[in-house]
Amino acid sequence: MMLCKLSLKNIKKSFKDYAIYFFTLILGVAIFYVFNSLDSQTIMMNVSSSTQEIIKLMTNMLSAVSVFVAFILGFLIIYASRFLIKRRNKEFGIYLTLGMSKRKISMILFFETILIGIISLIVGLGIGTILSQFMSIIVANMFEADLTKFTFIFSYDSCIKTIIYFSIMYLFVMIFNTIVINKCKLIDLLHSSKKSEKIKFKNPIFCTIVFILSVGMLSYAYYMVTAGVDNLKTMNEIFIPIVLGVVSTFFIFWSLSGLIIKIVTHMKKTYYRGLNSFVIRQVSSKINTTVFSMTFICLMLFITICVLSSALSIKNSMTANLVTLSPIDIEVQKKLDLNIDVVNNTWNLTPDMIEDSKLLVRESLNKLDFNVDNYFKDMVEFNTYSTNEVLVKDTLGDYYEKAKTKYPFLRYENAEEFIKLSDYNKAAHLLGLQEFSLKDNEYIIVADYDSWIPIRNQGLKNNTPITLLGKTYYPKYDECQNSFIHISSNHVNIGIFIVPDNALNESIRNENIILANYKETTEEGKEKIENIFYEMDNHPYIKYTNLNISTKLSIYENSVGLGAMVTFIGLYLGIIFLISSAALLALKELSESSDNKQRFKMLRNLGTDEKMINRALFKQIAIFFIFPLILAIIHSIFGIIFCNFMLETFGNEKLLESIIMTAIFLVIIYGGYFIITYLCSKNIIKEK
Amino acid sequence: METILKIDKIEKYYGNKSSLTKALNNISFEVNVGEFVAIMGSSGSGKTTLLNVISTIDRVTSGHIYVADNDITKLKGNSLNKFRREELGFVFQDFNLLDTLTAYENIALALSIQNINPKIIDKKIKEVAASLNIKDVLNKYPYQMSGGQKQRVASARAIITDPKLVLADEPTGALDSKSSKMLLERFNYLNQELKTTILMVTHDAFTASYASRVIFIKDGKIFNEIHKGNDTRKEFFDKIIDVVTLLGGDLNDAL
Repeated sequence: MMLCKLSLKNIKKSFKDYAIYFFTLILGVAIFYVFNSLDSQTIMMNVSSSTQEIIKLMTNMLSAVSVFVAFILGFLIIYASRFLIKRRNKEFGIYLTLGMSKRKISMILFFETILIGIISLIVGLGIGTILSQFMSIIVANMFEADLTKFTFIFSYDSCIKTIIYFSIMYLFVMIFNTIVINKCKLIDLLHSSKKSEKIKFKNPIFCTIVFILSVGMLSYAYYMVTAGVDNLKTMNEIFIPIVLGVVSTFFIFWSLSGLIIKIVTHMKKTYYRGLNSFVIRQVSSKINTTVFSMTFICLMLFITICVLSSALSIKNSMTANLVTLSPIDIEVQKKLDLNIDVVNNTWNLTPDMIEDSKLLVRESLNKLDFNVDNYFKDMVEFNTYSTNEVLVKDTLGDYYEKAKTKYPFLRYENAEEFIKLSDYNKAAHLLGLQEFSLKDNEYIIVADYDSWIPIRNQGLKNNTPITLLGKTYYPKYDECQNSFIHISSNHVNIGIFIVPDNALNESIRNENIILANYKETTEEGKEKIENIFYEMDNHPYIKYTNLNISTKLSIYENSVGLGAMVTFIGLYLGIIFLISSAALLALKELSESSDNKQRFKMLRNLGTDEKMINRALFKQIAIFFIFPLILAIIHSIFGIIFCNFMLETFGNEKLLESIIMTAIFLVIIYGGYFIITYLCSKNIIKEK
Repeated sequence: METILKIDKIEKYYGNKSSLTKALNNISFEVNVGEFVAIMGSSGSGKTTLLNVISTIDRVTSGHIYVADNDITKLKGNSLNKFRREELGFVFQDFNLLDTLTAYENIALALSIQNINPKIIDKKIKEVAASLNIKDVLNKYPYQMSGGQKQRVASARAIITDPKLVLADEPTGALDSKSSKMLLERFNYLNQELKTTILMVTHDAFTASYASRVIFIKDGKIFNEIHKGNDTRKEFFDKIIDVVTLLGGDLNDAL
């Protein structure tokens, strides 16, 4: 048990150096626990069954994300332990010269890992349990459940899961450590501290060229994802700006390190003031070797910022859209006149279903023992129509060829959907939307999906005629009108054609739709009606019909749930990424601080004030933390613009608010790591 | 002659009551302005401790050290740092140059931590570099220089602040004999031409023979003291060897 004692003493002795490592592990364990225990936190809440479903989906998603998170944390822990082993090369060298076998050294490390693992798991789970109490308040708030009574929640499942995941990670660390120890040579161990890295001077002209090239490359990547985003045709092309961005980030760090030192050394007044020359050289000597990790950290920060701010903004938009996009209580829709040929029978149609699809919504609901007249008021019933005579490509006119190359992924062979003018106006009146009038040979397109509007507008501008049941119609307006007929949580109407009533007949029916409000006005009454719909799932008839019921309440709960899911996943990933990158930086700085101990001692011997030394240390660490952050922030500006474009359907309400939230997270976590790193480094270089 | 350094009955104990080591045991001596004093002794004799307490890196247990009439044993915190950077110059056995800085920047550091104007710094470095023969290596990094060059750069850094006293701890310890000779001749030049006061610790008789006075220390006490007077360096060297022989086996490693 000598070895066990030795490792215990080692940990005690180097606790200061381990502090950041411990801190990160504990944080990792706590966060892992908190996000995996979300389901047990929500079980206590009094929420409707549809919310229950969403929470289930959310926890499933979170546990899938957890696997990914485990990989990131595992990578971080292995990386961190490599630093710590490096720092102790001399110690291991001494053990080896004393005749200790490599196997025994591996055993020491093995015990240390177990000890650290156990301590971090216990403390982390403790903190996680406390944090999850706060979390349940946030969760309750999000799902708008009332948390009338406080219950202490401890999730055994999540606890066991955390222990298993982290045990696997620690196991990998042990294996890794053993490999490292077995591979090392005694001479390298003993002399590792003496190897001072040679300062390679970079040619400033070459640096300038590389810098200009990489800035150009980066600008082009920025251009591709923002102003030139329309030119990105396929998903694969997204990788071009990504690869450009990664490569140019690396070369910007590489060339800047050479350039900045060149410039600052020529600013004699600044350079030879106080310890400035020392700080600059410290940074530049390290930046040569840390370009890789700087790039990595910069990209991690970039992802963090984008994920966090987009997730928060999606959540905000989802709730904001609801009021205007779901103004009525319920919409029931049903596909009419199903036909095996039309759908190639991908729906597995049975003769019963085909037979049933001749019935209207009202009749189908009757078969489910639900009389619409008893429950609904302000009812609007109408059909939509579609025919293979008018496909998407036919409505674009000359623009079709261009559109096909520009947006190859759109479905040009789909049939367009039509509605009678009078039906539309009735629906629009109920939904509180704009009503229209038409001449005999005119049509209007209503749409609110931002990506489709410009495409359709091209067709409208060309005055593209459509031929419907033998008669030709021309656009009334040269652009789409902003409107919709289906209630939903987002702007998803890609385009519906309003035509004069006599343009359509019942031979080309597509859907039958009922829009209505409930006769009940109280919350309880509405909920009662909704529960009838849930119970319909058990009715034998439901299998044969293709009724599709969306209610304001379910849309609302869905979108709140989806918003919460996005937020939690965003927070989870964002925080883990942030912690990982900050911890990497912190560990790197700390391991270098101990190498720098000698240098700071020298400065002290020369009679440098303690204040001056601390300031120099602060500057040095600050530069390393701020450098990747600045570039990451610049990346993020364009990244967020791109995310906005991708997530257009969700809208981008309160983007500023979510960016501010992200900034707060960044300041707390990244700033926290910075301060801790500074304090620990100060401790390391302190004279005993 | 004006006294620049006065050591007054200093003692330095290590350890606790049960096992007490007297590293310095009641030592007193004085150094005058413009002197070049060597302190000799074997390992463990207390000579490094003596240098450490004079340089304020370590504190005495009792007694007083006066540098130009200031009692430096009473200094604390930042006034200690101020004293160190303004009144003292250091030359260490292992050079103590910052490996990330060029020779020029290493020398400049001693001035820039006193917030001196960069223009003056440049002028002074050029002067010092000329007197120490290191003009060619100013833009090199420590790893690109020989040991002798490194030690001369370190010496330049020590004297550029015009210190009252230059303390050298085994300055030739890591040098070959040719570089040692060259460095010591520079020390002589600094001492005679620029009137720099130097206090040097060494266990090497050859190195000590460049000084104008040698103080021998054994077991924390002053054992003997000899002056060069009008002797040649060779004669002074023989005198030193005589004392070393007298000191016995303890200093054998010096020969």
